[in-house]
Amino acid sequence: MSALKWTYEVDGTDFTRAGEASSNVKKKLRALGVPSDVIRKVSIALYEGEINMVIHANGGVIDVEMSPDRIDMTLKDTGKGIPDIDKAMQAGYSTAADEVRSLGFGAGMGLPNMKKNTDEMRIESTVGVGTTVYMTVYI
Amino acid sequence: MNVSDVMRVLDAELICGEEYLETEVHEACGSDMMSDVLAYVKDQAVLLTGLVNIQTVRTADMMDMVCIVFVRGKSPDADMIALAERRGMVLLKTAHRMFTACGLLWENGLRGGKGVERVKVDL
Repeated sequence: MSALKWTYEVDGTDFTRAGEASSNVKKKLRALGVPSDVIRKVSIALYEGEINMVIHANGGVIDVEMSPDRIDMTLKDTGKGIPDIDKAMQAGYSTAADEVRSLGFGAGMGLPNMKKNTDEMRIESTVGVGTTVYMTVYI
Repeated sequence: MNVSDVMRVLDAELICGEEYLETEVHEACGSDMMSDVLAYVKDQAVLLTGLVNIQTVRTADMMDMVCIVFVRGKSPDADMIALAERRGMVLLKTAHRMFTACGLLWENGLRGGKGVERVKVDL
C-alpha cells in the first residue's frame, strides 16, 4: 500500500470549527479499518494540536500521511512562535487567554497530552515566524 | 449501568440519542476543562459538564464517549445537537449541580477512572 495523504487548512478565526480536521481524519481512519487504539491516539493528539493552532496561532495547515506502519502528522502555523519549548511542554503551563479557558481549553495540558499520545513528537518554533509540530503514531 | 440508568438516576431530560439508551456506561468523568477530559482515556465513558459549546461534543467524540450530561439545567444549542446526532451520541440535561450529579452516579455504582494520572514528558 502506498502512503495516503490528506491536507487541511485550519481556520484560525472560528473557534467553533476547531476540530473539524481532526474529526475528518478520525472518520477516514475508521473507514480504513485502523485499530481503534491508534485512532484514539491520533484523534487526541491532532485535536489538541488543531485547538492550539486556533487559540495561539491564527490557524495553519495540517498534513496527515498514512503508511502501512505509521501515521505522520505535521501541523504548521505562522503564528507568534514558542519562546521556550521546554516550558511549554510542562503540564499546567499555559499562555492562553482567559477567554480560551472559559471555552474549556488553555489548561496547559495540550502539548503534554500530544506527547503522551504519540510515539514521536518534535517541535520546531521561531518566535515571530511560526511553529511546526511533527507527530507520529505507529500502527 | 447503561445510559437509561444514568438518565433515571439524574432525573435527566433526553435531548437526543434515544436509540442509544441501552449502551453500557463503564465510567464517568466530570469536568469543565476539555483538556483534562482529553487526558483521561477510557472506553464507554459518560461526560458530566457545565461547559456548553461545540467543543464539548467534539471532545467527547474524540474520546468515543457514549453520553454527555449537561448539569445545572444547561442546554446545548442546535449545532451541538446536530453534531451529537451525527456521531451517535446521547445528550442529556439534569437540573442537578455537578457535585450532586457525580455523587448520585457514584452512589449508584458508577466509578471514575484510576486515581492520579500523571502526564510525564521529556523532550
